[in-house]
Amino acid sequence: MKKKGYYGHWGGAFVPEVLFETFKELNVFFEEVKKDSSFWHEYLQLMSSYSCRPTPLTYAENLSKHFAGGHIYIKREDLNHTGAHKANNVMGQGLLVKRMGKKRVIAETGAGQHGVATATMAAKFGFDCTIYMGEEDVQRQRPNVFWMEKMGATVVPVTDGSKTLKDAINEAFRDWVTNMDSTHYVLGTVCGPHPFPEMVAWFQSIIGIEAREQILQAFGKLPDRVYACVGGGSNAMGIFQGFLQDEQVGLVGVEAGGKGLSTGEHAARLAGSDASPGVAQGYKTMFLQDSDGQMLDTHSVAAGLDYIGVSPILSDLWEKGRVRFAAATDSEVMEALDLTMKKEGIIPALESAHGFVQAFKEASDLGRDEALIINMSGRGDKDIFTIANAYGDPSWKEFIIERAEQYKKG
Amino acid sequence: MSKLEEAIRTRLRDREILLMTHLVLGYPSFDVNREVIRQMVENGVDLIEMQIPFSEPMADGPMILKANQESIARGAKVGQCLEFAKEMTAEFHIPFLFMTYYNILYKHGLEEFINRAHDINIQGFIVPDLPPEEGREYLEHLKSRNMAPIQIFAPTSSKERMQELAQNGAGFIYCVARRGVTGQKTDFDQDFNEYIKRCRSATGLPLAVGFGIRSKSDGQG
Repeated sequence: MKKKGYYGHWGGAFVPEVLFETFKELNVFFEEVKKDSSFWHEYLQLMSSYSCRPTPLTYAENLSKHFAGGHIYIKREDLNHTGAHKANNVMGQGLLVKRMGKKRVIAETGAGQHGVATATMAAKFGFDCTIYMGEEDVQRQRPNVFWMEKMGATVVPVTDGSKTLKDAINEAFRDWVTNMDSTHYVLGTVCGPHPFPEMVAWFQSIIGIEAREQILQAFGKLPDRVYACVGGGSNAMGIFQGFLQDEQVGLVGVEAGGKGLSTGEHAARLAGSDASPGVAQGYKTMFLQDSDGQMLDTHSVAAGLDYIGVSPILSDLWEKGRVRFAAATDSEVMEALDLTMKKEGIIPALESAHGFVQAFKEASDLGRDEALIINMSGRGDKDIFTIANAYGDPSWKEFIIERAEQYKKG
Repeated sequence: MSKLEEAIRTRLRDREILLMTHLVLGYPSFDVNREVIRQMVENGVDLIEMQIPFSEPMADGPMILKANQESIARGAKVGQCLEFAKEMTAEFHIPFLFMTYYNILYKHGLEEFINRAHDINIQGFIVPDLPPEEGREYLEHLKSRNMAPIQIFAPTSSKERMQELAQNGAGFIYCVARRGVTGQKTDFDQDFNEYIKRCRSATGLPLAVGFGIRSKSDGQG
């Protein structure tokens, strides 16, 4: 018999006893809303009026010509309210929190997109909100911190461990074990203890449902391949679910290759050979860890991909050979970003640009009668400081220095 | 009855309340650990819980979190922790327990790790992120070696849940005194007394109260 919350032998719910009843309650509510078609209807209504769903599927004509291979389509999750696919999960969990009658939400965030989405949802629904964010990510994504605070959320910089996403998750759990009666933890990705992987995948499945319909309408047949970046894996699971049953559609997850797989400075769990099975943060999956079981420091130019683990659902699909994994290095990401901006006038987030890298590498393998879809999980203008810095843009530097001088004068 | 419960019950004939202490191995160093344990035993500590550090200690508060991370940063390895434990159990004749997170056992190889702990006379394990639902194999391995898989009660646990946990436990039950992570202040109020009554009615195993005890007088047998 399939054990609940398991995907193959990955997943589970490795939670401290103090949260046993909280998870029991969450499971009851989640099972209830899954069966209630009015809940999904309410969710679709909300996403079409408060966000921009359905998000378009854009034909990238210039990029398609440039690579002279398959037709390139881009699923525009960047056009969601708050600029990323994170809103799908957050608004869904927000509706669930309303049903549960809780008044406070907490969340971890890496790139800050999930934090901004959660702060937005909390403002709209009238919840108190605390966001945990690794100190290193606070530095990398300062504009998102600004917006979270402006929307009334408290942002807590996490100074423990590697000061990135995994540490923010640990800190959110520490809050939750104290405040579970009033508080729901809005986990941002398809990781963590059951039911989170299933629940977040369910809310994100809206991406794939739309994309499948849209490509059939625009192109007349299914795509040959679908590409998505993978941090925890929520945008990838979102779009892949639309095509899982179509065995002819190749699904490709692209992880953070950082400075290169051989350098150890990356966050490639399934594309590389550095990860091994483990149990941490409440679930079993492939983790980047040492031989003692201590988690390793990861690296990526994209804060949202800079994570030690990966969705247990994706580990299972990887093991079964249904999803193929690749890695994109930081420098390849900057090149793909540059090309996409120049050719299409579209700015993908650094995270999303990882998916573009692999799609560009393979586009010319496809025939002119074939198509591929890239899931653009978010927009890149949030990354202006990181991107400008990576390009070493001189006029931007000058602007920052001037602005700093003005602030100093007061 | 597990060896650990026997030892606890024997000690309880002489005194009403026993004292269990906790330390993180390798923090600040194994040498300091050695000295602290010697003093603890000399001063009559009844049981010692040795925490093998883990990089993601999700149930621990800031103090123990920091100790875990410092220990790892200073190079403490799981193998060293086992060697150190072997030395302690040979020298001091009180029960020693391992506290750690499941990944340490899992990564090492569950059965192999438990065998090693058994060989060096560790009497039980506390693994806060391994509920019985996920730990069938772990429970079987420990029980077949007469070691104690110590279960944890929380103030949020219902009586039914406590009974279920107790059936899977041995040695004693670790009653988390309060919500939250380790090292925060505990109010020993009316709610607390009712909670302890609930714990007592759910199991015949000895109870240990932890997480947030700040003074020796707060201990309970």
